[in-house]
Amino acid sequence: MSRLGWGLALLVICWPLLVATEFKPWTLFDAASRKSSWAFIKSFFPPVVNSEFMLLVLRETWRTVAIATAGITLGLLIAIPLTLLSTRVLSVSALSGRMATLPFVFRQILRIVLIMLRSVPELVWALIFVRVVGLGPTAGVIAIALTYGGMLGKVYAEILESGESHASASLLRNGATRMQTFFYGLLPQNAAELTSYTVYRWECAIRSSVVLGFVGAGGLGQQMDNSMKMFNGGEVATMLLVFIALVALADAISAWLRRELG
Amino acid sequence: MTTPSAANQPFRLPPPLFSARCRGCWCVAAIVVLVVASFASLDLKWSAFFSAESGASTLRFAKEFFPPDLSPAFVSKVWIGTLETLAMSLLGTMLAAVFGVLLAVPASRFYAGDPARLRGLTRLILNALRAIPELVWAALLLISAGLGPFAGTLALAFHTTGVLGRLFAEAIENAPPEPGFALRAQGVGTVRVFLYATLPQVLPQMMSYTLYRWENNIRAAAVLGVVGAGGLGQLLSFHMGLFQMGKTATILFAMICLVALVDVTSYVLRRVMTR
Repeated sequence: MSRLGWGLALLVICWPLLVATEFKPWTLFDAASRKSSWAFIKSFFPPVVNSEFMLLVLRETWRTVAIATAGITLGLLIAIPLTLLSTRVLSVSALSGRMATLPFVFRQILRIVLIMLRSVPELVWALIFVRVVGLGPTAGVIAIALTYGGMLGKVYAEILESGESHASASLLRNGATRMQTFFYGLLPQNAAELTSYTVYRWECAIRSSVVLGFVGAGGLGQQMDNSMKMFNGGEVATMLLVFIALVALADAISAWLRRELG
Repeated sequence: MTTPSAANQPFRLPPPLFSARCRGCWCVAAIVVLVVASFASLDLKWSAFFSAESGASTLRFAKEFFPPDLSPAFVSKVWIGTLETLAMSLLGTMLAAVFGVLLAVPASRFYAGDPARLRGLTRLILNALRAIPELVWAALLLISAGLGPFAGTLALAFHTTGVLGRLFAEAIENAPPEPGFALRAQGVGTVRVFLYATLPQVLPQMMSYTLYRWENNIRAAAVLGVVGAGGLGQLLSFHMGLFQMGKTATILFAMICLVALVDVTSYVLRRVMTR
């Protein structure tokens, strides 16, 4: 009886969801939809593999990787200064217990900037910058740089703060400058973790740079979008396979690098 | 007789900057090459972006966002879009959890020596589902499911099924085997061993994975609509396409609020649960 009750309760909760998402699975199987889906799926075989198209796919794949790499590099230019300015471990006034008000407010503001950068999805940044700088990879690079800059900056600050702070605190106490403290105290201590997080984010950036292509930011995604709009299933199939291989490769490289770093 | 060691360390040259035997050096060199090649091969339009003229046009573009459109009619439309986004993520995650369990069962080896004939095939399917991002699924599914939130829900469900199925399979394989073994030794059938020994052990883990993915999916659902799959994203791309920047600003604001709300809620929940 209680199972029946739970089942009914679940149904009552789910009903508005089904309505709101226009959940009508049967539309998948009505005649018109079935015909067009079947035609599209059938056009997947055989995947297009002529040399001209493969060359194009290869070039776009490289561009996807390049957009991700360039984006992460620029993101680091945003993240590293903001991390150094916003991390609590490098505060001199915090050595005596509580951070002074002004530095505290300053760090909090920087932290809010990082969160703001991060909480706008990269796709939205890309949509905005496609309007400003036009179609092409520039918009994708800027979108990745802004989102990942915010993400990396926030996590870097957390990594630096989570470690043992004795070494850096005693350096600061004995009159080392903040930069010296960072290079001789914090960086050696946290380098492996910082690098492995960056590599992981690079892998994520490759995935998202494909998605950014769908709003016109260049790379494999843009090509895929074009082929999809022309219902060219063979080309879509090839690109999907290349994309899956690319993600698997990036996954393997990043896993290997992170294992090496320990 | 051993020579006494010097009080001071003997003078040593610092290690060379690059040595063919140092693997780290090769890695750093490869990364530098990758970065330089990336910047060199992309036709990035920095001049256009940093020139005074484009600076002015960016500023003008940013100014068009103000004032945001806050008329009651439009705000209620955005509110409906937000609810639609939430509903998409919730239903997509629920479907994914169900199908994830269904696929995780054939994808896992229940005891040492279980033949698990379908394991390789199911894992391949799960990996393929997982490798394709939600947005690409949405673009593919538009052809069968048509424009609207239904395609988005299905896209979320497909991708998340891959993710959750794999995580569930790992959880099942890593569960302590003793209770299952005890039941099996008594002659209990496979299905009941799964229901009464394995499932109760992994259920909490499954729940926490599902909740975590729901959090991710809300974020994904907010932008899925950009390809026409419903929710806030569809409103966004529609009004941005018409250059109605005031309305775009309202939608962006709603989107950021939704993401921030999810972040804060999950942070607070995690704080409460780990305390």
